[in-house]
Amino acid sequence: MPGLVPGIHAFLFRRQGVDGRDKPGHDKSEGSLMVEVRTIKTPAEQALSAAYESARGKLPGGKAVAALREDAFRRFDAQGLPHRRVEEWKYTDLRALMRDAVPLAPPPDAAAKQAAKDAGRLFSAIHARRLVFADGALVPELSDLTPEPGLTLGSLAAALANGDALVAAHVGKTVETDDVAVALNTSLMGDGAVIHLAAGTALKRPIELVFASGGDKPSSAFIRSLVVVEKGAKLILIESHEGGASQVNAALELIVGDGATVDYIKTTQTHGLHVGSLLAAIGAYAAFNSFAFNADAALVRNQMFVRFAGEGTKAGIRGVSLARGKDHIDTTLLIDHAAGHCESREQFRSVLDGESRGIFQGKIVVRPHAQKTDAKMMTRALLLSEEAEADNKPELEIFADDVVCGHGATTAAPSEELKFYLMSRGIPEAEAEALLVQAFVGEAIEEIAHEGIREALMFAALKWLGTRGR
Amino acid sequence: MSLLEVKNLHVEVEDKKILNGLTLTIENGQVAAIMGPNGSGKSTLAYVLAGKDNYTVTEGEVKLDGESILGLAPDERAAKGLFLAFQYPVEVPGVATMTFLRTALNAQRKHRGESELSTPEFIKLVRETSGKLGIDQEMLRRSVNVGFSGGEKKRNEILQMAVLQPRLAVLDETDSGLDIDALKIVADGVNRLRSPERSMVVITHYQRLLNYIVPDVVHVMAKGRVVKTGGKELALELEASGYAQFTDEAA
Repeated sequence: MPGLVPGIHAFLFRRQGVDGRDKPGHDKSEGSLMVEVRTIKTPAEQALSAAYESARGKLPGGKAVAALREDAFRRFDAQGLPHRRVEEWKYTDLRALMRDAVPLAPPPDAAAKQAAKDAGRLFSAIHARRLVFADGALVPELSDLTPEPGLTLGSLAAALANGDALVAAHVGKTVETDDVAVALNTSLMGDGAVIHLAAGTALKRPIELVFASGGDKPSSAFIRSLVVVEKGAKLILIESHEGGASQVNAALELIVGDGATVDYIKTTQTHGLHVGSLLAAIGAYAAFNSFAFNADAALVRNQMFVRFAGEGTKAGIRGVSLARGKDHIDTTLLIDHAAGHCESREQFRSVLDGESRGIFQGKIVVRPHAQKTDAKMMTRALLLSEEAEADNKPELEIFADDVVCGHGATTAAPSEELKFYLMSRGIPEAEAEALLVQAFVGEAIEEIAHEGIREALMFAALKWLGTRGR
Repeated sequence: MSLLEVKNLHVEVEDKKILNGLTLTIENGQVAAIMGPNGSGKSTLAYVLAGKDNYTVTEGEVKLDGESILGLAPDERAAKGLFLAFQYPVEVPGVATMTFLRTALNAQRKHRGESELSTPEFIKLVRETSGKLGIDQEMLRRSVNVGFSGGEKKRNEILQMAVLQPRLAVLDETDSGLDIDALKIVADGVNRLRSPERSMVVITHYQRLLNYIVPDVVHVMAKGRVVKTGGKELALELEASGYAQFTDEAA
């Protein structure tokens, strides 16, 4: 792994603002530690507050859920939308980027359902159990809800309304965070999927959650899903988002039991604003592999909070982003090694064209008792234009003294030396560059275990490359 | 008409003059060795012929089949039949050798207005050639040169040459880093490609390679130009006397 800094860090190691390009301006201190007294709210913040006030009576859930929502809303109300002075959001200033908050989506009409029916083409070749959501609401007639031994599944809205015990036990409790985007999600969560896999269940088919949003009118959706995979169970979960000029805040709480195996693939191909949060708690001796794929997505913040709660677990947290035009893709990780003897690999790649911006913030925390942690983080960006920008901010916070942790970051244009080699064999420049980009992306996608998913994502990447404006 | 004519070639790299009025003619079907001390400009000549960036031609000309190639991009030169076997072949992560070969061959054929080779024809060609070069089929599925030994990389260069069938192959220090067994395999591969329709320029520092690839003519380079031309016996003379006489002469 080129550029990786191996070794044992027995101290707090924190690097800030390792920008991919030699461009000053991102690293300067943003000033005081004073608590900011905010009195002026942006139109988006006002609209979100108004949306909550008017919806609170109608949002699903009993008293306990209402209290959870209220508590989360208070946090949002106190802090407002995250902005650049919030360290975790410094590259994605939601307060500036969200000029307005669009109204909550009404229950899907025929047109929205039709759009949802046409969605999810990317994985159409995979024999998966599909649950389809239109503007954040489950569409039962488009979803495969047939029973299967060991599997319980349904909609979050129904579960909240019925006081479902699983939801009551886990929602809002999987990973502790004071993140405002998650708080907003909790306060306004409408629908999503609730999936439970009993101990030892191995599903034959992957489960795909298809989220289609944004018909003619801009609307917003606050999607919350809960997936509980009990001890020794196996699941391949796909979450795909696509759609128009909508605002989607989608959070997934994922509980991986001891000895369970979970592959989680998320694709985001949305033209509006997408804020995604993964809140994952992983048990002991489990295997967790995630892959985030972003292509032709306008404005994405994908944050992943992953907590290693039991020892001996292996995890691969990976992803590829393909951006062009004015796309803005922010991947932010908080990997919490709270138990010892775990291995994690964080590997993200981005291809940035046009005036796009790719952001990677990865923080690995190793708790004092999490000895023998082995964590390696690597992020690589390929810049295809002079105007594209990559920002990398890896951080290691290590409080245990017997660990192997490292991180590396590279940002570069396609290698002239490699290009010359390919051209000297008769391959024209554009084709040589495309081949190198394809190889760069392909190497990452190769890590996905499921062949059909791998092929679908490679196909999507080639399609993106094929339509690259030159 | 000669296949390659280099006349009074002056080349600068980052404002440093490397080639200094080099003149060289390669006939059709000829195997020419270019020998010379380190820093005499041998590799620069190879790169300039292939069209690498940052090599500035300030004077002179290079003609392939009577046509100047200095204005052509590297891929256009390759399509005209020029091939450079690199001294240090680069690793291309993520691009399988097979994909690379096929893309290159088809790009050249397309450029020349020829039809693409069918898959069975292509596979047959690669299998046969790689077998003779002792290249494992597994290697063909791996990324180009990634994790290859020095010898494997050089064999891979010769495989590419055999698949692309150039009219002029420039072998830049193909012997460097090879043990005697690897050298023999590579030399055998090159000798099999000798034909009246193909010329080769074998660049080497040592005479050893020329025991296996016997040249028709030997050119000695020093200080950016050809200073002596002779038969294959010239290589043996150099082995005995060294390059000092030429570097002094040129100075």
